[in-house]
Amino acid sequence: MITGVIAAQALHLPHVNYTTIMPELILLGGMLVLLLVSALFKKALPRDFYATSVVGVGVASLIASLVLYHDVASHGPFTAIAHSIDIDGFSVLFLTLVSCIMIVYPFFAHAYLQREGLDGVEFFALPLISGAGAMFMASANDLILIFLGLEILSLPLYVMAGMDQRREASGEAAMKYFIMGAFSSAIFLYGMALTYGATGSLNLAEISAFLAKNYIFGNGVLLAGMGLLLIGFLFKIAAVPFHYWSPDVYQGSPTIATGFMAAIAKAGAFAAMIRVFMATFPTLASDWQPLLWVIVVLTTLFGAVVALVQKDVKRMLAYSSINQAGFILLGLQADTSKGIGASLYYVFIYSFLILGTFAVVAIAGARGDAIHDIDDLRGYAKSHPFLATSLAIFLVAQAGAPFTTGFLAKLQVVTAAIDAHSYALAVIAMISAAIATGFYLRIVYVMFGDGTDTRVSVPAEKEVYSVSPLGQLGVSPWLFTGIVLCLSVTILFGFWPQPLVDFATHAKLLFV
Amino acid sequence: MSIAPSWYLTLAAMLFSIGVIGLLIRRNVLVMLMCVELMLNAANLTFVTYSRALNDISGQAAVFFVLVVAAAEVVVGLGIIVAIFRRKTGATADDVHLLKD
Repeated sequence: MITGVIAAQALHLPHVNYTTIMPELILLGGMLVLLLVSALFKKALPRDFYATSVVGVGVASLIASLVLYHDVASHGPFTAIAHSIDIDGFSVLFLTLVSCIMIVYPFFAHAYLQREGLDGVEFFALPLISGAGAMFMASANDLILIFLGLEILSLPLYVMAGMDQRREASGEAAMKYFIMGAFSSAIFLYGMALTYGATGSLNLAEISAFLAKNYIFGNGVLLAGMGLLLIGFLFKIAAVPFHYWSPDVYQGSPTIATGFMAAIAKAGAFAAMIRVFMATFPTLASDWQPLLWVIVVLTTLFGAVVALVQKDVKRMLAYSSINQAGFILLGLQADTSKGIGASLYYVFIYSFLILGTFAVVAIAGARGDAIHDIDDLRGYAKSHPFLATSLAIFLVAQAGAPFTTGFLAKLQVVTAAIDAHSYALAVIAMISAAIATGFYLRIVYVMFGDGTDTRVSVPAEKEVYSVSPLGQLGVSPWLFTGIVLCLSVTILFGFWPQPLVDFATHAKLLFV
Repeated sequence: MSIAPSWYLTLAAMLFSIGVIGLLIRRNVLVMLMCVELMLNAANLTFVTYSRALNDISGQAAVFFVLVVAAAEVVVGLGIIVAIFRRKTGATADDVHLLKD
């Protein structure tokens, strides 16, 4: 029987503190201005203009994020806008990361569009929306806002996957990504509804407080809700067994869009996932930790083993990114503050690694993303020494070679697992890392081994880039700058990791 | 006479299951899209039921957000489907099979 009637409440608007969502507003505002300007001019504006604007927007949102960082450092973490936005070290880290992704991405998008001979605002406007969604997911303190952020993040990515109309595979990737994405969002939403029913609130802090006050054991609705939320997140980060869309989508999408989606979707989904499971469901850790244990084992091993037998570079990188997602989950599974710090560090450096990797792969893929077999990279080091060396550095960093960021990232998550007494899990993860080294080195070997570059694209590339002084390297100034940015993050923080490690370990959640 | 909330919750759970099963077994992309809508609406029904049972307004508010998201999703989804299947005779998922292991 329902006896309660919802009382008519006076409409009470919360105070909106706009500085707390300033990075998001800058990205969205920048996107609207770009679209408006592009619509006002009859002739297509130059790529240089769009790329410069997006870099500017990224720098502006980085500054806004650093202002928030200063606030948190001096006044401590706080919530805003009716407690639906959390500004703490954790959200500031992700705001900074997304801003950095927005700064690096346009360099690659410019190089890609130049090679394809395309103009247009879409490849620059859509990522800005996606970035704002990822930021909302990171700073959300409310399940509704996480869901909205998830959709704002995903919808532009579906479109970006299908942007290459000339290739049928691109449309197919968009359709698969859309169907699987919508499916996982619906699962996530139903999980939200059940969690709401069991705890009586959608606010993460209130859910957490309710669970801390009431000892709930074996509540089916709550467990089902939490499980469905977990499945929704695992779909987004492509963890086994919810990974099957990702190789197809990675392979079919325009390569530069693949790199962006790999970086931004992981950042947003991991941010929200860590907050929901570490800050909201810590009392249920005994329920979700064993589940994650199994997921980590499956994800690391399956990703590494299947990547070994791939022939297509993009497909191989998709499985490699599944393997890496397993490592990030490893830090989360430990359920310690050291584990979160390790996962955050991993997400941060991985975004730059994967952006750089896919940028080189995109440029090596020739016009129309035509050539993506691993064998086609034969002799690439001779024809493109700079690009081949960069790709090799990105790949060995992903494999976890010392003096790159990848080494410390792997070391930290595995140490966190050992500290949490998950010895078996740490060993399994290390075995998968050893297997993964095999396929990373295989590409390096193919590029630097015997053989000559037989790709038909070489003359075309010379033609496109010959105007620039960097033409001999086979790169445009934009591409060169972008790759140097990613390389410097990878190598600089490989030799001098302390600042970034401090940033990640001090990025405490508000409610932990 | 009013009906107990558990009836609504059961109905929502059934609708959600129908959506999941439909999405997994049907091969027409438009029907798959409709199954996603069914899942979203099952979640909406759950929200509204709990909102009334708990005497709390936030569940009702969530439904509005979900409606907007569902509309945006359909816009993007139909756009993608039209872009792909303009060159084909029917919207069948099995016709789209370039990418596989």
